[in-house]
Amino acid sequence: MTNSIDEIEFTDAIFAIGTNTTENHPVIGAKVKRAVRQRGAKLIVADPREIDLVKYATLYLRQKPGTDVALLNGMMNVIISEGLYDKEYVENRTEGFEAMKKVVEKYTPKHASKITGIPAQDIITAARLYAKARVASILYTMGITQHTTGVDNVKSIANLAMLCGYVGVEGGGVNPLRGQNNVQGACDMGALPVVFTGYQPVGSDEARAKFEKAWGVTLPPKPGLTIVETLNAAHEGKVKALYVMGENPMLSDPDLNHAKEALEHLDLLVVQDILLSETAQLAHVVLPAACFAEKEGTFSNTERRVQMVRKAVKAPGQAKADWEIISELSTKMGYPMNYANPEAVMREINQLTPSYAGITYARLEKEGLQWPCPNADHPGTKYLHINRFSRGLGLFTAIEYIPPAELPDKEYPFMMTTGRVLYQYHTGTMSRLSQGITERAPESLVEINPKDAKKLKVKEGQFVKVSSRRGSVQAKSTVTERVPPGVIFMNFHFKEAAVNLLTNPALDPIAKIPEYKVCAVKVEAA
Amino acid sequence: MGQNKLTLTIDGKQMEATMGQTILEVARENGINIPTLCQYAKTTNVGACRVCVVEVEGARTLVASCCMPVNQGMVIKTDTKAVRDAQRLIIELLWSSGDHNCLTCEQNGNCELQNLVYWLQLEKPRFPISPPGYPIERTNTMIERDLNKCILCGRCVRACNEIQVNEVLDYARRGSRSKVGPAFDTDYIDSECFFCGECVDSCPVGAITFKQARFQGRPWELKKVRTTCTYCGVGCQMDLNLHDGKIVKVTGNREYGQPNEGSLCVKGRFGMDFVHSPDRLKTPLIRKNGELKEATWDEAYSYIAEKLSVIKKAHGPDSIAGFSSARATNEENYLFQKFLRAVIGTNNVDHCARL
Repeated sequence: MTNSIDEIEFTDAIFAIGTNTTENHPVIGAKVKRAVRQRGAKLIVADPREIDLVKYATLYLRQKPGTDVALLNGMMNVIISEGLYDKEYVENRTEGFEAMKKVVEKYTPKHASKITGIPAQDIITAARLYAKARVASILYTMGITQHTTGVDNVKSIANLAMLCGYVGVEGGGVNPLRGQNNVQGACDMGALPVVFTGYQPVGSDEARAKFEKAWGVTLPPKPGLTIVETLNAAHEGKVKALYVMGENPMLSDPDLNHAKEALEHLDLLVVQDILLSETAQLAHVVLPAACFAEKEGTFSNTERRVQMVRKAVKAPGQAKADWEIISELSTKMGYPMNYANPEAVMREINQLTPSYAGITYARLEKEGLQWPCPNADHPGTKYLHINRFSRGLGLFTAIEYIPPAELPDKEYPFMMTTGRVLYQYHTGTMSRLSQGITERAPESLVEINPKDAKKLKVKEGQFVKVSSRRGSVQAKSTVTERVPPGVIFMNFHFKEAAVNLLTNPALDPIAKIPEYKVCAVKVEAA
Repeated sequence: MGQNKLTLTIDGKQMEATMGQTILEVARENGINIPTLCQYAKTTNVGACRVCVVEVEGARTLVASCCMPVNQGMVIKTDTKAVRDAQRLIIELLWSSGDHNCLTCEQNGNCELQNLVYWLQLEKPRFPISPPGYPIERTNTMIERDLNKCILCGRCVRACNEIQVNEVLDYARRGSRSKVGPAFDTDYIDSECFFCGECVDSCPVGAITFKQARFQGRPWELKKVRTTCTYCGVGCQMDLNLHDGKIVKVTGNREYGQPNEGSLCVKGRFGMDFVHSPDRLKTPLIRKNGELKEATWDEAYSYIAEKLSVIKKAHGPDSIAGFSSARATNEENYLFQKFLRAVIGTNNVDHCARL
């Protein structure tokens, strides 16, 4: 997030696009609802599904899955043609406006309406609501990113926010809500194929020299493989060994049949986890890990706030904290890692990572700190890009709408979109062990519009078979107006109805994120 | 003195206040204790319970300090006989109209009604005890409701509507038959309730409690450890409540401030069963003849180290890859990428940020 969670409650307008906030980030959802109910903030919700947040919305836009760029360009078309944009901001703080404007000119409300299925008048209203606000915040999640045009979608959001001068101001910003406790931290710590900690590129000679000196080794400049690329390389026999720490690609990755074959090709699969996940069941070696309540450390939340994780209970049996396991294995392999505790690791992170330099355990004991926090006296950063963007000028990008990689056809006439439900979490390994949660959400449900259900002769609670070009699963149906006709929704929490057997592994060319939000399926009564 | 500032006197002491503050707020800022029950920070002051009454010079009756804005020159008394008599009457009425049996109550020792009975030195209520006789709601595993203990303060109603804005709870019926609950007076499990547990944290008595924590440790036996939730990316601060080395419940703490100001959701609140699950991995496992068999740490490390060395030698460092974890700590992610880069010599490290 460029801005902070608490700002959401006090902003003038909120544009929530591709985020089912109340289910996936309930506590942020509560702030959005408070902003609306108690402070009169305007809320625009754009989502193919009529999610719970719609109940609180000033305006609801139901775009066809995968047409976000057209919607955003349409809104910008209105904002520019009606002169509602922040001309001074655009002039002083950004570049690339003219090229962007030229592309956006084509996306009249009428044209955008044709692509998105949203009435032209609603696009105009949304544009005015957003642009006329004193300050407005954009919230988004995987509904924006999990597309073959994920990067385009994000850049379009940045275009819109900059156009109205809402970046670098309190209450504004471009705010992706991150879905996992420490996905922000994993990125910050360089658990990515192209960067070290704090996003220092592995391709940079300077960055490499710094880490080579600190670690006493020679480091490779060649970018590594992403998860999906790794599995493809394993399938082709190019990757022979895979060490998986606390991930469950056997439920979370696209086209699971392919992922399983890839893992079975490996000469060595090491899985370090708290439970025998679907992935661990395929491993050559399984290492028992301590869970969050059994160790010390830090997590970085979606607003860049680093916070303490504290040991409350003992790990079961011989399970050890991940940091201990990695250190011991490294030492065994001839590269000693002798850290007394996680705090010692953080001290090393402080030295190598400018944005984390001032984040010490002594300070975190009292309260969390938001990076960038470059020194021990720095209070942390509530919102980014004040007066100046990290790159200097904010860059507008001219973006054309590109349809999703796989659209419905005669054989696979439905669009399927996937996501989470409130009660369960990710691949369900943890949340499904909870008795109370299981009472509320015991099984996977396929959301089908009543019109489609009638055509398919499917009744509420009846099992349906959902198939794509890659596989098929069965699950119970729930007949609901939450989804529009022609679209079904499934979650990915349940191995019994592993939705990623169906999803399309087509990737965004830059971010390499799979298109989980759109693929073509057929639905039959089972 | 600024434009919005004014002075007033509470219990003989002169103090400064800001226009718009309530008597209660000013008193608390100045270390003067006025008891409350229905008052709940960050929600509307409703003045329902009247426990916070004070005497204001010139006022016709006692006034509820939680709702009364301060004025220039106000003279307030918080501990007169009239105030204490009123408070005693209120507490005795609440006591007698419910089933406040501390012997079996989960909140014994952590109950605001119990505290007030003691503070007001009440031996027993002057009215006959006549609880309404509602059945206890035990139809789900997460939240238990015993409305015989409910004092109708409405904190849960405001927590649900004004903090979580889930808009599930409200009052039903009137007068002595008033009760709190979801629409149509259903059980939580049959309602639109999202089980965030905000109502439980807000309840000053033992009417709404954590069902799984029942008989799992008295309030004074529980040790609280502050930590960061392990589910989504909001990073909620929470207290794990421990007894005998086990997590028995999870509570919010409004004093921790951002990012969640004490609120939690159903996953952080009720999704911790996995920690003590019998399914947890307890020893390293190595596959032998197609089956995963228990092994020692030394055997596991040796096996991995040898295999990785052989593969690296034969196929180069880029034939090895690692998936780090968005679930693990910063320190662990740091060490994992360091291991792949410094020890193996590859940048093949990623995690599920995209999935």
